[in-house]
Amino acid sequence: MIFVAATFAILVALALAIARAIKGQTVFDRVLAGNSVGTLAIMLLAVVGFLTERPEFLDIGLTYGLLNIIGTLAVLKFFRHGDLARDANEETGT
Amino acid sequence: MLAVDVASWALIALGSFFTVAGALGLLRMPEIFTRMHAASVIDTLGVGLLFLGLCLQAGFSLVTLKLVFLLALFFFMSPVVTHALARACLHEKIEPLLAEDRRPRGAAPTGVADDGRQR
Repeated sequence: MIFVAATFAILVALALAIARAIKGQTVFDRVLAGNSVGTLAIMLLAVVGFLTERPEFLDIGLTYGLLNIIGTLAVLKFFRHGDLARDANEETGT
Repeated sequence: MLAVDVASWALIALGSFFTVAGALGLLRMPEIFTRMHAASVIDTLGVGLLFLGLCLQAGFSLVTLKLVFLLALFFFMSPVVTHALARACLHEKIEPLLAEDRRPRGAAPTGVADDGRQR
């Protein structure tokens, strides 16, 4: 069954990404690994949905994709400015 | 029906292969920029081929539409996130690991980024 094989492949990839997140020397390695974990989780949701013949899991996958992007960008902005509420105009004005 | 099944199995298998290859690169590459390069394989080839194979399995239905939405999401948002991450790395003065520096002598360390900020 191809879906089982794909599930195992995604689980292996997930383990490798988590290993990078634990090992990562800089914080950006961890952010990148976290983003990859989110992507792999969406793939896992889709494949497991097809495996159990309930593809409605894709709705959760879409939501999770949007959250993943916003989360990654928010973390990056936080590490760049140390503040999520910082405004670019404020920066040039003062 | 059989031809569609075989095609979708081939696509899913290829997508799984590229996913594992990208994750392996994410773990084994030496520094952040090459790791980004490896991780983008998951976002493009891995997700693309796998979801294309799932589209063939689903047939013409609402599920296919959701898969196409997910593909479009990854198509547009993965480069955005990678670009933001690379900019953040350069802002933190993390330099790419180069075999040889081909930039003009003395230009790079005192260079000004394209947004006017000193790097």
